[in-house]
Amino acid sequence: MVEAMFQYEFLRNAFLAGVLIGLVAPLLGVFIVVRRLSLIADALSHVTLAGIAASLLIEKKFGTFVGWNPLYMGMGFSVAGSLFIEKLRSVYKYYQELAIPIILSGGIGLSVIFISLANGFNTDLFSYLFGSVSAVSRQDVWIIFGIACAVIMAIGLLYKELFLLSFDEEYAVASGIRAKTIHFVFIVLVALVIAASMRIVGILLVSSLMTLPVAASIRIAKGFKQAIVYSVLLGELAVIAGLFMSYELDLAPGGTIVMLSVLILLITILWKKWRRG
Amino acid sequence: MKTEEVLKVEHVSFRYEKENVLEDVTFSVRKGAFLGLVGPNGSGKSTLLKCILGLLKPQQGNISLFGTPISEFKEWHRVGFVSQKANSFNTGFPATVYEVVASGLTAKLGLFRFLTAREKQAVMEAIEAVGMAKFHKQNIGELSGGQQQRVFIARAIVSKPELLILDEPTVGVDVHHVQSFYNMLDELNRRLGITLLLVTHDVGTITEKVTHVACLNKHLYFHGKADEFAQLQDHDLSKFYGHHLHVLSHQH
Ligand SMILES: Nc1ncnc2c1ncn2[C@@H]1O[C@H](COP(=O)(O)OP(=O)(O)O)[C@@H](O)[C@H]1O
Ligand SMILES: [Mg+2]
Repeated sequence: MVEAMFQYEFLRNAFLAGVLIGLVAPLLGVFIVVRRLSLIADALSHVTLAGIAASLLIEKKFGTFVGWNPLYMGMGFSVAGSLFIEKLRSVYKYYQELAIPIILSGGIGLSVIFISLANGFNTDLFSYLFGSVSAVSRQDVWIIFGIACAVIMAIGLLYKELFLLSFDEEYAVASGIRAKTIHFVFIVLVALVIAASMRIVGILLVSSLMTLPVAASIRIAKGFKQAIVYSVLLGELAVIAGLFMSYELDLAPGGTIVMLSVLILLITILWKKWRRG
Repeated sequence: MKTEEVLKVEHVSFRYEKENVLEDVTFSVRKGAFLGLVGPNGSGKSTLLKCILGLLKPQQGNISLFGTPISEFKEWHRVGFVSQKANSFNTGFPATVYEVVASGLTAKLGLFRFLTAREKQAVMEAIEAVGMAKFHKQNIGELSGGQQQRVFIARAIVSKPELLILDEPTVGVDVHHVQSFYNMLDELNRRLGITLLLVTHDVGTITEKVTHVACLNKHLYFHGKADEFAQLQDHDLSKFYGHHLHVLSHQH
């Protein structure tokens, strides 16, 4: 694949995009996992799918948006979905997890309606569902790069607030941290990263890139900073190795990356067991 | 000359719903004191603390911190608080003792500011003050209940408060370690000069450790020096504490 990468632009694009999401998805994932919000990523990815389907539908019916990247609409839906989740979580104070199935099924329902309205799509939708190495355009890479920069900057600047909010929300609020605002920024970032990641791993597997490397890392990490570093390293390992394998063996990259993540997780668990004796 | 009044509670009454949980409570804490606030479960201790911290607003009465009514009080970094629920956190959370204690500086630092060398040193000093220096790189979930409680106290004192409020900190602490836990509080009180307000439902242990005692059960039944409290006869307090008092006061 290395020689091929010099030859084909699409491979370079896929590689760059992969490295970027291999960094930001686990980075945000650490905060998602320790706050027990893992399923939010799942719900949002299905909402993103609805946005993509809507965009493809408009393109097919009217043709006017040809060349308009479906990622934009996916991002729009995802952010709207994240705000809706927050609203629902405050409505159902004592059943906060209810927000997730509501949004998730809403996302799928909408997607199915859009898809059937379009009488089905070509392989384009398939690549959004399962990820693709060949479908990543240069414009996609730029969008993903922009999102990655925003995420890294926001996490860097709000690190201590996000940490406190994750570790002890009550104390954070009592000590005067603007918890609502910071949580809002965070959830919007999650929505953006989900939209960015699906080009490579596909909508159905986005959440696993946010959670599996973290699940492995918190088994072995001492402290939060270390958990972040390990999560990102393991995420990158899975993405880069997965991309190579999927190219060489002609597999869907999403599935390969996720199965590698599962493998890494299993190895970590076994290693931890073995080291404990 | 009397020392400064760190905390003053005057004729405070509070109710969540219809019935008063606190009724006409009046007492004060002077600088350098170690006040034990005792009362059975459900007597309104946590409620009173929330009023003092400005988290609840009493329907009647006034509370001042450092001479300022709490409605106008802004210097919250002068007050440290360890909540009753502090050690009910997610024990699988990957955070070291150091990281947890450092998080106590979040509000004081403000947005977009990072820990400087001086603040990092303050974190280590707070960890040392509670006797946890050896463990500063350990994940907090791997510690015992008593050790975790010490870490939360370190988090509360890292911003150098003058008044430290603790809500039932010995719940979940191994009986054998309660003694050394109180010794540590004594250190904070005497060596660092932190005024302490400790809430507990365990009358027996507390009286030997503190300088002052207040007994709360909706009303304030007693407020005075610890030795005066020790001289009270059991029957003086039985109306307040019920028969539990006998059991507890003879244990020690
Ligand atoms: N949020 C609340 N809403 C209504 N009642 C409450 C609330 N919190 C406490 N109470 C009631 O107030 C009384 C005092 O509670 P609390 O201050 O927690 O007592 P303590 O800390 O001494 O055990 C109890 O009867 C309790 O049921
Ligand atoms: Mg209480």
